[in-house]
Formats: sequence, structure tokens, C-alpha cells
Amino acid sequence: MRRLSWSRGDNGWGVAAALLAVAGALLFGLALWPALNPPAHADEDDNAVLPRDIKYDSPLEVVVSHDGARLYVLCQQSETVRVFDAASYAPIKTIPVGRVPRGMALSASGDRLYVTNSWEDTLSVIDTQTLAVVATWNVGAEPSGVVADRAGERIFVANRISNDVAVLDAHTGVEEKRLLAGRGASYLTMSPDGSRIYCTHVYPNPSPHRTEPESEITVIDTNRAVVIDRIPLHSIAGVFHLAFSADGRLGAVAEYHPKNLVPLAHLEHSGAFAYTLTLFGEDVGKPVEVPLDEMEQYASQPFGVAIAPDKSRLYVTIGGSECVIAIDVQRLLHFVHARPRPEDGSYARDLSASANYVTTRIPVGHNPRGVSFSRDGRRLFVANRLEDTISVIDTRTNRVAATIPLTGPHAISARRSGERTFYSARFSFQGQISCSSCHIDSTFDGLTWDLEPDGFGRDIVDNRLIEDLRGTEPYKWNGGNPNIPTECGPRTEKYFWRSENYNDLTLADLSFYVLQIPSRPNRWKLPGYELTEAQRRGKAIFEREVDKFGKPIPFTNRCVFCHSEKKGTNQRSFDVGTRKLTDNSGLLDTPQLLNIALTAPYLHDGSARTLEEIWTVFNPEDKHGRTNDLTKDELNDLIEYLRTR
Amino acid sequence: MKKIVTIALFLAASGLALAAAPRMPLYRFENFTTANGLPDNHVYSVLVDGDRIWAGTENGLALYENHQWKTYTTKDGLAHRAVLSLALDKRTGDVWAGTMGGLSRVSAGLIVSYTQLNSGLSNDVVYGVSVEGENVWVATAAGACRLDLHTGQWSLYNERNTPMVEIWVYGVSATTSKVYFAVWGSGILEYDQKTGRWDKYEDPDGETEMVLFKDQGLIHEITTSVSYVDNILWAATYFGDSRYDGRYWHNFLAKDSGLPSNFTNAIKGVDAKRAWFCTDKGLAYYDGVNWAVYRPSLKDGKPEMTVRDAQGKITPVAVTTAPAHNYILGIDFSGSDIWVATARGLSHGILQQQGNSEMNKEKSR
Repeated sequence: MRRLSWSRGDNGWGVAAALLAVAGALLFGLALWPALNPPAHADEDDNAVLPRDIKYDSPLEVVVSHDGARLYVLCQQSETVRVFDAASYAPIKTIPVGRVPRGMALSASGDRLYVTNSWEDTLSVIDTQTLAVVATWNVGAEPSGVVADRAGERIFVANRISNDVAVLDAHTGVEEKRLLAGRGASYLTMSPDGSRIYCTHVYPNPSPHRTEPESEITVIDTNRAVVIDRIPLHSIAGVFHLAFSADGRLGAVAEYHPKNLVPLAHLEHSGAFAYTLTLFGEDVGKPVEVPLDEMEQYASQPFGVAIAPDKSRLYVTIGGSECVIAIDVQRLLHFVHARPRPEDGSYARDLSASANYVTTRIPVGHNPRGVSFSRDGRRLFVANRLEDTISVIDTRTNRVAATIPLTGPHAISARRSGERTFYSARFSFQGQISCSSCHIDSTFDGLTWDLEPDGFGRDIVDNRLIEDLRGTEPYKWNGGNPNIPTECGPRTEKYFWRSENYNDLTLADLSFYVLQIPSRPNRWKLPGYELTEAQRRGKAIFEREVDKFGKPIPFTNRCVFCHSEKKGTNQRSFDVGTRKLTDNSGLLDTPQLLNIALTAPYLHDGSARTLEEIWTVFNPEDKHGRTNDLTKDELNDLIEYLRTR
Repeated sequence: MKKIVTIALFLAASGLALAAAPRMPLYRFENFTTANGLPDNHVYSVLVDGDRIWAGTENGLALYENHQWKTYTTKDGLAHRAVLSLALDKRTGDVWAGTMGGLSRVSAGLIVSYTQLNSGLSNDVVYGVSVEGENVWVATAAGACRLDLHTGQWSLYNERNTPMVEIWVYGVSATTSKVYFAVWGSGILEYDQKTGRWDKYEDPDGETEMVLFKDQGLIHEITTSVSYVDNILWAATYFGDSRYDGRYWHNFLAKDSGLPSNFTNAIKGVDAKRAWFCTDKGLAYYDGVNWAVYRPSLKDGKPEMTVRDAQGKITPVAVTTAPAHNYILGIDFSGSDIWVATARGLSHGILQQQGNSEMNKEKSR
């Protein structure tokens, strides 16, 4: 199945054209050089030159000890837990933990602090007396949230990649079992009475193509360690922290409500996202979704939630809007009871709603994330991830009363500057979205989108992973953007933000950050990168030159032709027979294969829900590689190999 | 008055007969059909999970809980309306349902379905399923397979990598040591979890319908169901049933045991000695020595129970209830009660009187 035509010009004109092309490429490369290889970035304060790989603390979560004396700060980039005196804010100790820590929780007795290390699939057990790691236990794939039961018998860990909650023996760390949770299981919260554990997840559960996303709150019986309920979250994709009132009657969870079924051009009219809370529990009856957004300013990317011990206020950190929103709980409850409840239980479309219960926006640092109350509820600690500070909010005045600096460098590197831009919604119309609205934690969102430039209802596109992008250009599914500065600059500014353009330096830093996003460890690779038998058989199929009938497979129709090189792309476009009626062209950029197992759905428009469906459903004519001669077990082998890429 | 005397005489006669016969479990059967909430009378499979009873029917997966039926259908995500087999993951409470259109995982209301198109499942017709640790073992119309819940990897077992001749796998029973497959036309396959080796048990008489060597191997190649309990293999075929202790075979035929029929749809061992047999002519129980058969009479449909002792003497026991139909497809246990899947409804056998074997078992505890 030949899909390329090779020009064979072999005369003087051809040579001249080749020289011109080389010269052009050189000029083009020079033009892009600042963005792709920015000079070590000038310090904001003193113009000192910084190394490009400078490491920050990047505080993600905060926990206050049971006696209120200590503040534990999980620092993701420096891979440490920093311990502070909760009264004086004096640093006590820095405890190194594992790679890319993400979640943290105290045992019921307070003598242990558990930290999940998301990139090495372990749990660090810290003795809170000695402030030292006393054990490191293996858990599932990309452990994130963690909680310990009241009896001191079990630990529960949410695994983002394996989409489950691991149940561990609290004494030995031995895994007892795993419970099926939502896709991208990430955050765990225990009910105030300890009887239930609630798990949320950052990617939507699989659903039919171009239908509203579906998410859930997975409810676990703590004593039995089984899932007993799933609270449905309709139209939600991206669910983060959850909090309860002290009486257990009110639960609130921070979430994204994407509007991905309508063209993104509607940013001025109805937004690409609503950012909301779902409330549940006895205080509200059936779960109800309430917006955090306001008429002229959105609450882009809510993350952490905390309810004051006296239940007077509810606080939500808004990562993209760089603030904390304070909500009057009584007014909130009055709103949900006084207003006629929409049939679907959602007020997300009502931008006037939040005026009824949001009392103030408290500006904090860049990308605020985790949040925790002091024991008396008078102070609220907020981890400013891209500021390397902890904001201390006086809950009586709702103002920042103090800022605790961490030990990371104060100067801002180009990468950090770009990361701030990636996570900040300030460039977009009404502060609605940022890159991270769709690329959650610099990954993807599991959704398909209708982007305007291709025409309304045309060219539906799946959101791709953006890890380790260098060497995978061009970008966009139609291969229309030759480099990251084009992808992130004019395109984004014109079609996404509809508001403020980046200046050159901002764009260069953003591009640099995007190109520096590393690829997470591949969980399907064996240590030492050996292949299992199935993976080895799959590799042979991936690289085969003849089909099972001995017939040669044309070079251009072998897996290795398009999905060549280390990252699995030859960076060219082809028609692999997957064009839909809504597509303007069948010519599509060859996607990279890095961590392909994580990024369902597949194909340019997300129509294949699983890797299998790429070939069992969408390759009837063998245009997407010769596969129809394969038996089911051979196809399984091929997929096992692809998972290692 | 005459009627009362007649009944008294009947009961006395039954009592005398029962006194002479071995004491076997006596049940009062309550039957569920579409008339009282079941979505379909064709019940292929039944599964007990504490107080919850799952019934795999021709029109959905039904759950009986708190005296009410709830039905899951394809609208809820079930792979297919016809649910052929059920298995419980005792650690998590998840139920796995083998259907005519794929394999479904039911987890606290969430249904995730695997098909031959969207997953590595070998075939959409799933006759059997069994959960062992993090592995889900599946018997399909095109070989067997295993889903590793930790890695998501599917491993397929068929004629290319096992001694399987036919690939029509009807049943599976998995434990941490051994996994057994009932392969229609290919006997019983044994997979050793530690060594990764396969073994095969076949009928020494080959494909003949004659039993030349009765206890020298599996009774027949056309196997339908398998149950591995207490290191004992119980195997069902359409031509009699077998028990294998790792060294000796003991086979059961209708002509020389208490089996009501050689045509056995399913078998379920209670322990090393006792087992239940789901046949086309009634439900049979074997306590290691004696047999009992429970069914509506094949002649007049009236409730019937018979007991057969070790000498082959058959004694009727007077009963007023019976399973919903004599075509039995599945059974599961709920304490001392039984739940029975039949071709015309689901039956709940509520224990009225223990058998000698069960009483001795309790005493020995």
C-alpha cells in the first residue's frame, strides 16, 4: 500500500533547489534558535545568569500535624518534604523523598507521614519523631493521593496510571489488593468519622466518542476496603481535591467542566470550561454542581479545597487564576436550596450564580495548589507551586498575613518563567484557560476538541501527550505548525486566548518549558529495558517485512516506516485511511509513540477508544499498517510492544 | 377427615422411607421468574455474594438485594444481554460476567466491558470466568485467556501454545496453584501456575461413546464444566462426570451412580468429597457416598426428591417444592442454602434438614 511518491529530480535545478532548501533551513533554524535554545535566562532581580536546569522546590501539598505544631510541605521538584514550625514558620528539617512526590498524609496517631513518589512508584514512610524516612514501599503505577485508616491497619494509595486504589498493610507495606477507581485516580480524602474514603480522578472515564465526559467520586468502605458506591459527575473531566465539613454533612470537590463538544471559538460566549464544585452530603441532598466562575473573571483550574472547622467558609485554590476563592457556606447552602434545582443538578452554565456565595478572591502566589487549615482554623496555608512560597491567610480577614519562603532560588529561570505562563490563565479572555486547562499537570486531558480554525464541526482532534516533544515536530494533527513557537504563539493567541498576545520573551520561555517537559517512566518496560516474550514477539511484528502469507509488506506500510526513530515518528504526514466525514483532509501527522499506553483515546479524532480498536475497527483496508493477517494473540503481542514505547 | 388421614398416612410412609434411606439435605425451594422480578426466565448462571444474589439471564444481569431485583443491561454498559457465567473477586467485591458479547466487570455500579474488538479478549462468547488474585481467567469460544489486572496484559491460550486441540473452552476454575479448563472436545487442560506447564487429561476411550475403561481417566472429551476444590478436580461432560484426586479417577454415570442424567451442564465441588451436578434432568447432590436428586418430576412436573444409597437403592422423599425446572445450568451456595439457575427461573433452596454428611462435618468442626 504505497502512500508516498518520491521525487527523483537529478539535474542542476535539483541541486540548486537542495542548496536553497539547506540555506532556508539554516535561516529558519537561526530564527528559531532563541525559542528552542534560549540563552540562560536573565534573573528577574539582578540580571544574573542562571543555569537552565536550576531546581526549585515547587511546593504542591501542605499538611499540618495533628497537634498543630508543625507544617509539612511536599516539594515536588526538589523531591523533599520541608518541615516548618507552624507558629514561627522557622524551618526544622528537609527530608529527601523519592522521585516527583505527589501526595502526603499523616497516620491517625501522627507518628508516620506517608509520601507518594509518583515517578518511582513507591511510598516513603517518614517517622515524624526523627523526621527521617524509615521505609520505602512499592505501590502501583504513579502513586498520588494517600490516606491512612484510623485503626492504623491499612494505607490507601491512589494510583494515577493504573486507575486504582492500592490497599496496603500499614505495618509491612504489603499490598493486599487494588480497588477499581476512576481513570487517573489521584486524590483521596477520608470522611470525618473515618468510615469512608473518597477517591477522585483527573482524566474522564472512557465513554462513547463525542459524548459528554463522565467522572465519578469513588466511595470506599474503610473497614471492608471495598468500593461501595460511585457518585457520578456528569460532564466533568478533571477532578481534584475533595473536602468535608467537620460534621461530615457537606462534601465539596474541585473539578473542571469542559465544553469540548462545541467549537472552542465560543470562548467569548460560553467559555471552553466551567470551573465548578460538586457538593454532596446531607446538607444538599442529591449532588449539585455550582460554578466558581464569575461574570468577568473565571476561576481557572480549581485544585485544593478546605472547609473551615466551624463550617463558616469554604476555600478553593485556583491554580490558573493565582488566587484563593473564599465562599460563605451558609450562603452557598441557601443558594442551592432556594434556587430551583436544574434537572441535571448543575448550575455550571449560570455565571451569575457565584455572586451569591463567593465572598472574595485572595491573591496568592503563582499556581496555588494544596491547602490546609491550622488546627484552630484561624490560618489557612496555601502551597504556591510556582512561587516556592507558602501563603498564610488570616481567615478572619481573608488576607495573606504572612508568606513563608522555601529554600529554592528566588531568581526565575527561563524554564520556570515558561512554566508559569503554561499554568497561568491571565493571557486568555476573562482569564478562562491556560495550556494546563487541557494539559493537566503538563500531560493531556483524555478529551477530543473542536478547534475553530478548521471550521465549526470540522477536524475534531484528540488531545495528545506533550512529553519529550523535541524532535517530534511538526505539530497539530494536520502537521500545520512547524515548531513549538508557532504552535504556542500565533495559533494559541489567535484561536485560544482571544485576548492578550505573548511578548517575545514570554513565548520563548513558554516554548522552552514545553520542549523541556520530560517523559515519565514507562511502566511497561522491564528493568534494564529487556522485553518480555510477548513484547519481543510484538517487536518482531512491528518490524516485519513480510506478512504471514510470505508476501512482502511495502516499506511505506510497515509500522517502522512511519513510527520510526526513538520517539516513534518520522515526522511526516500520511493518509492511513482514518479520515472521517468531518475531516477536511485525510493527511495526518504521524504521532509519537512515547507512553502511548496512557493516552487513550486514539487516532486523530479520538474515535478509537483503545489501542486495539485502531486495528480491529479502524483499519479495514490495511492502510494503517498491514495488520489484518494477524491473529488475535499476535495483535495482543503488537500492543504489548507498543506499550513499551 | 378422610383427607387428613390420607395425608397422615403419606407422611408416615415418607418418614419410614426416609428413615430407611440415608439422610440427605432437604430444601424448600422458592422460585423466581419474570412474574416476581427476574428479567428473564432463562437463567444461565448464579452467583452468591453475601446477601446479594446475582443471576445471569438471557436478558441482563439481575441483582437480588433487600428483597428487590435490579437489572443491568447493555444500556448500563453490559457487554451483551445474555450473561453466561459469573465470578466474584472476593477481595474487592467486583463481579465478572461472561456474556455472549464480551466480558464485563461490575464494580459498585460501574460496568467496564471488554470485547474482542476493544481489548485483548480472545472471543466475545465468554462461557466461563474465574478470578484468582490479580488474574481473571476467561473461557471463550476461541480459546482461553488471562487478564492481568495489574498490568492490563492479556495472555491468550489456544491451539498454538497449549495442548488444546479444540478451542471451544466451556469452563474454567482457577486457584493460586492450578488452573483447569474444560475444553469442549479436548478434555481438561491443567495449567500449573508455578511452572507454567500445561497438562492434558483425556478420555482413554478416545472419542468413542463407549466406556471401556471406566475409572482410568476422564469420562469423556466433551467437557462442559470444571471445579477445583481442596485439591480435587471435579469435571462435567455431556456423557457423565469425573472426580480426580491427582492420582485416581472416579467417574459417575447415570447407570451406576445417582446422577439423573449423563448430560451435565455444570459441576461445583463443595469440598474433596461432596459436589453438586447440574444436569438436564435435575439437580443432583453427592455426599461422597449417597446421592440426592431434586427436580420437578419428569412425568407430571410435581416436586420430586429421591435419595440413592451406596447400594443403589433409590428412595423417594416427600417434598412440596422443587427447583423451577429440571434443566439445571448453575448453582452457588449461600451458607447452608443453595441458589440454582434453571431454564425456567432461579430457585432458592432453603435448607430444611441437614444431611448426615453435613451433620458429621459440623460435628467434626
